[in-house]
Parts: sequence; structure tokens; C-alpha cells
Amino acid sequence: MNGFFDLPSDLQHSYLGLIGLHLREALLPVLAGLLLSLPVAQLCARFRWLYPPVLGVTTVLYAIPSLAFFVILIDYTGQSEMTVMIPLAVYSLVVLVPAIVDGVRSVPPETLAAAEAMGLGAVRRYLQVQLPIAVPAIIAGLRVATVSSISLVSVGMLIGNQGALGNMLNDANLYHRPELAVNSVVTTALLAILVDAALVLTRNLLTPWMPKKGAAR
Amino acid sequence: MTYNNRISKSIRGNRGAALVALAAATTLLAGCGSSDGKSDNPLTGGEASGDTVVVGSNNFAESILLADIYGEALKAKGVKVKYQPNIGSRETTYGLLKNGSVTLLPEYNGALLAYLDQKAAPKSTEETTKAIEAKLDSKLTLLDPSPAEDKDSVTINAATAKKYNLTAKSSIGDLKGIAKDLVIGGSPEFQTRHQGLAGLKSLYGLEFKSFKSLDAGGPLTQAALKKDSVQAADLFTTDPVIAKEKFVVLSDPKNLFGFQNVQPLVRKNAVPKKGVDALNAVSAKLDTKALLDLDTQVQVQHKDPLDVAKAWLKANGLG
Amino acid sequence: MNVLDFAHSFFADSARWHGYDGIPTRLLEHVGYSLEALAIAALIALPVGLIAGHLRRGGNALSMVATAGRALPSFGLLVLLFIWFGFGTLPVMVPLVVLAVPPILVTTYEAIQTVDPSPVDAARGMGMTEPRILFQVELPVALPVILGGLRTAAVQIVSTATIAAYVSFGGLGRYIIDGLYQKDYEKVVGGATLVAGLALVTLLVFWALSKLTVSPGVRRSG
Repeated sequence: MNGFFDLPSDLQHSYLGLIGLHLREALLPVLAGLLLSLPVAQLCARFRWLYPPVLGVTTVLYAIPSLAFFVILIDYTGQSEMTVMIPLAVYSLVVLVPAIVDGVRSVPPETLAAAEAMGLGAVRRYLQVQLPIAVPAIIAGLRVATVSSISLVSVGMLIGNQGALGNMLNDANLYHRPELAVNSVVTTALLAILVDAALVLTRNLLTPWMPKKGAAR
Repeated sequence: MTYNNRISKSIRGNRGAALVALAAATTLLAGCGSSDGKSDNPLTGGEASGDTVVVGSNNFAESILLADIYGEALKAKGVKVKYQPNIGSRETTYGLLKNGSVTLLPEYNGALLAYLDQKAAPKSTEETTKAIEAKLDSKLTLLDPSPAEDKDSVTINAATAKKYNLTAKSSIGDLKGIAKDLVIGGSPEFQTRHQGLAGLKSLYGLEFKSFKSLDAGGPLTQAALKKDSVQAADLFTTDPVIAKEKFVVLSDPKNLFGFQNVQPLVRKNAVPKKGVDALNAVSAKLDTKALLDLDTQVQVQHKDPLDVAKAWLKANGLG
Repeated sequence: MNVLDFAHSFFADSARWHGYDGIPTRLLEHVGYSLEALAIAALIALPVGLIAGHLRRGGNALSMVATAGRALPSFGLLVLLFIWFGFGTLPVMVPLVVLAVPPILVTTYEAIQTVDPSPVDAARGMGMTEPRILFQVELPVALPVILGGLRTAAVQIVSTATIAAYVSFGGLGRYIIDGLYQKDYEKVVGGATLVAGLALVTLLVFWALSKLTVSPGVRRSG
């Protein structure tokens, strides 16, 4: 009992169980954010007048601290995983929309003209030309979104043990077991670094035409 | 990281954007706000499905331990149990009981009464139960109270006791004239509760220099009192740290903190008869001394609350 | 009651405007911690980023440091340091500084490193010393981007400083945590509004700062 990986019973999960829960609570929102931001970003790239107001709204949403966001949502979605995941999805959206818009816009007009000359319609041109060229920018956005998402899940502890690995922090306090807090911080940081590395790898696989670059940005 | 540069670049490009943004965000938020009373949303985690009893607990060690004790007693009788530990303060848990997300919560009768009715001044445990039942939500009911008591208190640290010549015989009233120099600490909810700053003012006429938000009698409060960041604090009377640190619990002659028997609060008809009997048997066996001993095992000896709960039930023929 | 009503009644209550738990006190505390954290982070990250950028060296090492910094969970770090060191500024400052260093470090390095090399070579040819090249040639060109990094850091600090209330710190997070446990939505919404407002004011301050400090020549070409 009380070993480094022995968790108090009130966490109701094993160490690995908490990791799984943490990844789910952190990554599903990023995925949702990505799926939502693709069409939004496409609209913003298409209709330039739309971009400034969208950016404005997202800036305001991003300024709301996560904890307050969680607490306000409790009334609607209860003390549940959903309450943690909705704000994280919003933050991801906020990070991803500008990343994708800039990525899509960075496609040189000559390339688009060439695609058009080859007879590609708007949809195929988007999927086969613009999106692949925007991959580095999108992944850069995804990296920021996932890392901050993984870190923010822990705050969910404050709304009734919805913070996965973050729940260990409260028990570290309650039961005077600092090693639980060490475990929580180290595990969360490692998860973030691993997911980040996986994204870098994905980028390199998806963009074989790009010169190999270190982990910069 | 670069998105922010872009954000401001575009704000620079379009000064009206920020205003548009504010307006849009406001509408969005307002839209969210207008749909009230969705608390029985199916997403409200842990909705009791069929015959599963959801045992909740507040955000402090003893509450988690009590939830384990009552929960395991139910399990021993073959009742399906799901735990929802560490939810938060009573202000939150009471709402979750009402909407059915939680079916059973270990309560403290006096504190619950103060939450429901600030003016009540019962003279006994029975009167407390009656007064609660009168004000309780129609979907909820109390089971038998346990003789075990754990009160909130105004506790001062050794240095403060020495400085103002206060002893275990002193009362909260003796702080009159001193309080204005003292910082008092407690859970955030202590700041607004009747059994908190409000009652200390109305019953004892005390106004402290300031209030420091800590936790519900937990490690923050213990540390703050020990380090003299606060001179007085709300600690639970069953807290093993009181004896260890020579803290002084001031007596409460005006009975602000009332009776504080452990008493399970449940949703009506949610616990089967055999389960109710088991819970009442637990309450009958549990007294203040036993509770203090169990708290010590968890908070001082670092034993897991679930193991402590199971061992106690077994030793008393309830597990 | 919707969110706007909560915000309105929060700000309309005159009792909220004075005392140790009043809006001015909490706001000042929040601004205080935020500025302190930003200053410490800048003192660490700016020199390192400037020098590494000027030497055009160490980019990979810096980005690894930045990734590690971002990966550390602020809230976890706060609780851990609190358990280790108890009450005090340290458990609050460290997570905020760790949060703020990566954006400042990376943008400063990138900004200096990507400055057009030809004016730098020209300056060197004219016999300018390396520090003068850094401060008089590279820095003015890189300043807008560096300010952008500082701004990102500042906004994140302002928003994250709220969690310090969990370990009994003051600041605007007090309203959010207290509101959570007191089930007082007015406080939560009021606190969130103040934090979001402060974050937007921070953006404005940096916008004004960049107007004031960026050399007209750079602005025209940028």
C-alpha cells in the first residue's frame, strides 16, 4: 500500500485508467475543435470580412479562464466530463481557426491557378491542394491545442473529481501524500511531450516534401 | 503561440473587430444563460439507474471516509453502489441530491439545518431532525442520526491562545474586542454561511480583521493556522491535528454550530429496506470516539479510507 | 437569471467595491502577481532569446526547453509546490513563470534569428560592436514579434493566475473559487468577467505599446 503507483480508493481508477481517462478528456475536445474549425476556417479564408469578427469572438472566449468556464457550465452539463471537455474544445477551436486560415492562405495563388487549370473543382482543390499545403500550419496549431488541453484537464479536479490525473492532486493534499502530486505532474507532462512528439512525427509523414526540421515551433 | 500575433494583427487592421467581438460574445453568453433549469439533463453524471445507489461525498477527508463506510455497508447487503467522491460543498451536493445525481450523502444534521433554516435553534438531536424534515425537499429524507458528532468550530492556534490568555475553557464570546485584530480562515463557504462569519457576527457580535478562504477543515486550514497566516480557523472537532498542534477549540455557549451528528441524507425510496436497516445499524454503532480513531487512521497513519471503512465494518459485524 | 444578469448584479452591489474582498483589492492583487510573473519570465527569457538569436545558435535546445515548459501542467505544479513549500508567493510564481517563458523565449529567438542578414552584415562592416548590432539593428526590426510573444505570455498569465485561489491566494480567482463552493454564480460570473476584461485590456496595452515603440521605418515596411 501507499506505493508510488497505488492510488487512493476515492479516485476509483488505477494509474493506467487515469491516464486513459486523461487522454480521452484532453484529446476528444481537440478532435472536436479540429472538425469544427476546418469549415469555419474555410469560410473565413473564403470571405475575408468574416475573419476579423470571428477572431474577435475567439479572442474573448480564450480570455475566459478555464476554471470559470467549468463552473458556469456545471449548471447545464452537471459535474461531468462534458463540463471539462466543452471549454477545452472551445479553446482548441480558438487556436486552430487562425492556424488553419493562415495555412490555407499561405498557398501561393499560382498553385491555385495551376490546380484550376488542371480542372480541379473547389472541393477537390481544397482537399487535394490547399489542405495538404496547410498541414504544417495546422499541426503547429494542433500542438499548441493538445499540450494546453492536456494541462488544463487537471483543473477539472475542482469540479468534483473530473480532472483525471489532476484528481491525484487533491488526494495528495487530503492524505498528506506529496508523491501523488509528483506523480500527477510528471505523468501529465510526459503525456504532453509524447503526444507532441507524435504530432511532429505525423507532420513529417504527411509532408514528405518539406525539408526536415528540428522540433522548432 | 503564433495565433495571438495574428489575432492582434487583424485587430490592428480592423479596429471595429474588437467591438463586434464583444457584442457577439455577449449574445452568445446570454443565449446560454436563458435556458435555465436543465439540471435533470441526462449528462449530469451518475444519474441513478434503476437500483444503483450513488453515494456522494463532500470535499474533505472525513466525508469521503463516511461515504465509504455507508457505501460498503450497503454493498455487504447486496445493494449496487457507485461512489461520487469529493464533489464539493453542501451548496453543491444538496442540489445534486435533489436532481437525483446522488442518492445518499453522509450529512451533519446541524450544518444541514443551518443551510436549510438559519433561524432554527433546536435543543436536541431529535429536534434537529424534526426541524430538518420540516424544511427538507420533498424528494429527500433523513435516516437515523449517529451519536458520532463532528462540529465546525472556532479554533485558535497556540500562539494566539497564549497572547490573549485564552484556554480550553474560553468561549467564542471571549474574542470580543480581540477579533478585530485576528484573521479568521475557513472554507470559502464559511464566508457566507450562517454557521460561519454571518452567525459569528449576529450571535456573538464578532467582526474579524479579514477572512482567508482556505478549505473545509483540510490541510490548507491546518497549515494556515499552524503558520499563523490565520489566528483563528474553522476546524472540525474530530480533527486529529488539534491535539497534535495544541490548538485551542473555543466553546460555543450560544450553540452557533448546533448539533452535528453524522446522519445519512437519502432520496426517498431509492434505498431498499434491507439497505436502510444496514445504514441505521452503522449509524448506531458509530460514535465520536470511533470516528476520531478512523479519521486518525486515514489522516495521520495514511491508510486508505476504503480499507479503513471495510475493516471497521468487519470488526463491528456490519461488513 | 442569465449570465448577463449575474454580471450586472455582481457589479451593481456596492459592497463589492471596498474591503479586503472588494473588487479594487482583488484586481490590484491580480495585476500585481501578473506583472511580477511577467517581469520574472521576461528577465529569464529575453536575454537568452536575444543572445541565442543573435548568435543564430541553440534553436533546437531552446525549442526543447519551450516544449518542456509548455508540457508542465500549471495547476499540478501549483499544488505540488504548495505541498512542498506551503503558503507563499513561490508556489504561485513558479507555474506562471513556467507558463510565460516558452512564448517569450521562442518568439524572441525566432524574431532575432530571422532578421534580414544584409543590414546586419553592413553594420558589422561599418565596425559596429556586436551588442550595438543586436540592440540597434536587430532589435528594432524584431521588436513587433517580440512584443507579440510578451503579449501572449501576459494574456496567459492573467487568465491562469485565477487557479492560485485554490491555495488560498488572493486575486480575481478568489471570486471564482469562492463562488464555486458558495454556489454563488454572481461571484463566478463577475470574477470571470473581470479576468476576461483584464486579458482584453492587456491586449490593448500591448497594442498601444507596439504603436509607441516600434520604429516608424519598421512599421512602414512591416
